[in-house]
Amino acid sequence: MHMADALISPAVGSAMWVVTAGLISYSAKKVKKEIDDKKIPLMGVMGAFIFAVQMINFSIPATGSSGHLGGAMILAILLGPYTAFLTMASILTIQALFFADGGLLALGCNIFNLGFFPCFIAYPLLYKKIVGDQITKQRIAIGASLAAVIGLQLGAFGVVVETFLSGISELPFTTFLIVMQSIHLAIGLVEGLVTTAVILFIFKERAEIIQGFPSGKTLGNLSLKPILTIMLVVALVTGGMLSWFASGDPDGLEWSVTKVTGLEELEAPEGIYGVLADLQNKVAIFPDYNFRDTNQAAGEPSSGQEAPAWAAVDSGLSTAGVVGSILTLVVAGGIGKLLQIVHRRHKKFAH
Amino acid sequence: MSHHIIELKDVEYVYPDQTAALNGISCRILHGEAVALVGANGAGKSTLLSHLAGIFVPSKGTIRVGDYPVNKQTLPHVRRSVGMVFQNADDQLFMPTVFDDVAFGPLNLGLPPEEVEKRVMEALEIVGAASLIHRPPYKLSGGQKRAVSIATVLSMLPDVLIMDEPSAGLDPLARRKLINLLKSFKHTRIIATHDLDLALDVCERTIVLAEGKILADGPTVQIFNDESLLAKSSLEKPLRMQGFPT
Amino acid sequence: MNKIEHRWLELRHFDELAAQDSLIHQLHPGVKVVTTLLFIVMVASFSKYELVGLFPMFIYPAFLIGLGNIPVAILLKRVLLTLPFVLFIGIFNPFLDQATYAYIGSFAVSGGLISFISILLRFTLSVSATLLLVATTSMDAIGLALSKLRVPRIIVIQILFMYRYIYVLIEEVMKTIRAHSLRAPYRNGVGFKVWGSLVGLLLLRTLDRAQRIYQAMMCRGFDGQVRIMRSWKIRTGDIAFLVVWTVFFVLVRLVNIPHWLGRMLLGGFS
Repeated sequence: MHMADALISPAVGSAMWVVTAGLISYSAKKVKKEIDDKKIPLMGVMGAFIFAVQMINFSIPATGSSGHLGGAMILAILLGPYTAFLTMASILTIQALFFADGGLLALGCNIFNLGFFPCFIAYPLLYKKIVGDQITKQRIAIGASLAAVIGLQLGAFGVVVETFLSGISELPFTTFLIVMQSIHLAIGLVEGLVTTAVILFIFKERAEIIQGFPSGKTLGNLSLKPILTIMLVVALVTGGMLSWFASGDPDGLEWSVTKVTGLEELEAPEGIYGVLADLQNKVAIFPDYNFRDTNQAAGEPSSGQEAPAWAAVDSGLSTAGVVGSILTLVVAGGIGKLLQIVHRRHKKFAH
Repeated sequence: MSHHIIELKDVEYVYPDQTAALNGISCRILHGEAVALVGANGAGKSTLLSHLAGIFVPSKGTIRVGDYPVNKQTLPHVRRSVGMVFQNADDQLFMPTVFDDVAFGPLNLGLPPEEVEKRVMEALEIVGAASLIHRPPYKLSGGQKRAVSIATVLSMLPDVLIMDEPSAGLDPLARRKLINLLKSFKHTRIIATHDLDLALDVCERTIVLAEGKILADGPTVQIFNDESLLAKSSLEKPLRMQGFPT
Repeated sequence: MNKIEHRWLELRHFDELAAQDSLIHQLHPGVKVVTTLLFIVMVASFSKYELVGLFPMFIYPAFLIGLGNIPVAILLKRVLLTLPFVLFIGIFNPFLDQATYAYIGSFAVSGGLISFISILLRFTLSVSATLLLVATTSMDAIGLALSKLRVPRIIVIQILFMYRYIYVLIEEVMKTIRAHSLRAPYRNGVGFKVWGSLVGLLLLRTLDRAQRIYQAMMCRGFDGQVRIMRSWKIRTGDIAFLVVWTVFFVLVRLVNIPHWLGRMLLGGFS
């Protein structure tokens, strides 16, 4: 499932962009060094292939429902992890652009969730370990299905963590986690079955394609160390950045602890804190992580001490705000219409 | 331009899976000649063309194109003088726009930008596709795709044009345009085709292939009048020569 | 029509829109990509309970729609089609966060409802900005923008190759699916038994195609470098576009314009 721009905070979005960009340039370097020329058209056409096949609905036996293919595991098995990761990045970029699947801010998250986990975790640690050097049908079947399922589970976990860290959805972490993991278990099973069926077919028809990569060829061999090092460095840097931004918020890092444990009561900022929060609200590019204590939302009446917190956030939501919004929308629509006329005039002069 | 004689001597080719595709081919094609390569499916036409373009290397025998024997070292020279138009235009047109596709070869030759642009324009004018220059290839009709495919090799100024089924999938008008275009060329042309009317129109000479061997090699008209030869190689007399009452 | 044909038509529709020639289409693609990203980051940066302050952001898509001559319907359709996931996540907010956040007149509005509507607004804004980018910029120009923005070459080339062959492969997949559904008319989707061979065969054909493309490239002197000749100069208009919109976004982010407007209109009461 794709993360969407609307559910993500700029901090999480840009942090994941940085991580993904690092992985992409590392993979690009790797691929460039080890690629043979043949792979250049192959990468493009395989990307288009997965893109097209993703649109086929596969009916799931005995359920009457249908699912579709993500494709990362097929790519990893056929092209090797680095090339597969780049290909997934391209596919997700085109989907984000043309179908608004996910979105541009969330693109980093999506490439990470749907590319990194299957290509750099599930493929080397599961598929390759299980299949090993003696390639047999059984090993392929077990390795491919397991890797596809686990890869997707990790991806779903990524979605949950990113959504939670963004703080826009009110869903409690554990509830969301349980729902997402179980939905993606079903989707992952379909993915695993389709992947296995396709890889076994290729193995039957042209065994050399499958055999070419797991053994010998450099692109298939993946050393996790440099990737994990990059990840660690990037994580530290972005973690630092994040906490720097978060420190503008009075409650700083505690908010995340509170939300995870659900134990502590949130103290509302008061006095000078309120003013500071107000200021930060206006100045910071990144939003404050204001959130409600879910315990309270569940039924307890709002306590008195909360009032200043809300006053600190100038919502602008009032009758005046509503009137102004309508007016703004009318203006926006008017500008659009006006420009359409300008465009037509312009055309007339141009021809 | 030197004398671009193409010479094949006892060329044999065996596919990796051990099927023999070419089985002792010898022939000589002179500068400026237009030669049709005909024969049933699987007779070895495409394999032979691939050899001339240096895509395949013969298992046995030698091929010379102009001054060079075809081998790994001479491939860049061979590819510069031989232009190959593939059967499926979608395989040939892989770039984002028509301009990029036609410029692909010249840019690989390391030509300066102005020269590239000039060559692209000239090549597109020749095939009558100058107006398509900024279009993406997937928006072209079959005939337009074919014309642009030809332009992609013309821009490299080849001496020899090799074509695989150039009229396949074209509507009658586009096909007629193509025939006139091919007739107007002065290049050495080797055209593999099932379209015997096209062969008759464009090529004075025809080579008949069957099971990887040359079955006949001679003037086109003479070959198409040899009914037993045509029958033996699963071909049919061109409609035009079948003597329908008109 | 099934999903694949729908998407295929949509893709073609966007491609045709991008082939138009308006003032927006003539802008430098790099400038458009940067402005779009900036817009999306700015929209995302509003606090989650922000509603009113978001509205002026609609002026940007309205501007592109008008001057770029883009039909609103195609954007709305996509917004609606991509809505479910966001709806699925966002719909819980009103139930989980019921504390009163503000009053409109005498109506109490809960924080969850506000954040839910805010999610929908952000969603509409960022989806339309993204779609407007591709509706006013050809894929080929986006490739140019990406390489100008230092995206690794191999990715740019791959995206361009991929976009080129999506058209070929979708048609191939469509033919295969059609042939399949003619023989299995009562099935929704491709059945379990034929998955492997159907997709596998398509895959083998794709691999063969890659091989032929490679040969075609070799025949034209390919040496591992894909060279694309492009020049697209940045003009003053491009810079102006970027600067004006950046200033506008920052302004809208800092000042709650509709609130201010409303107060002026209502004479300062409320």
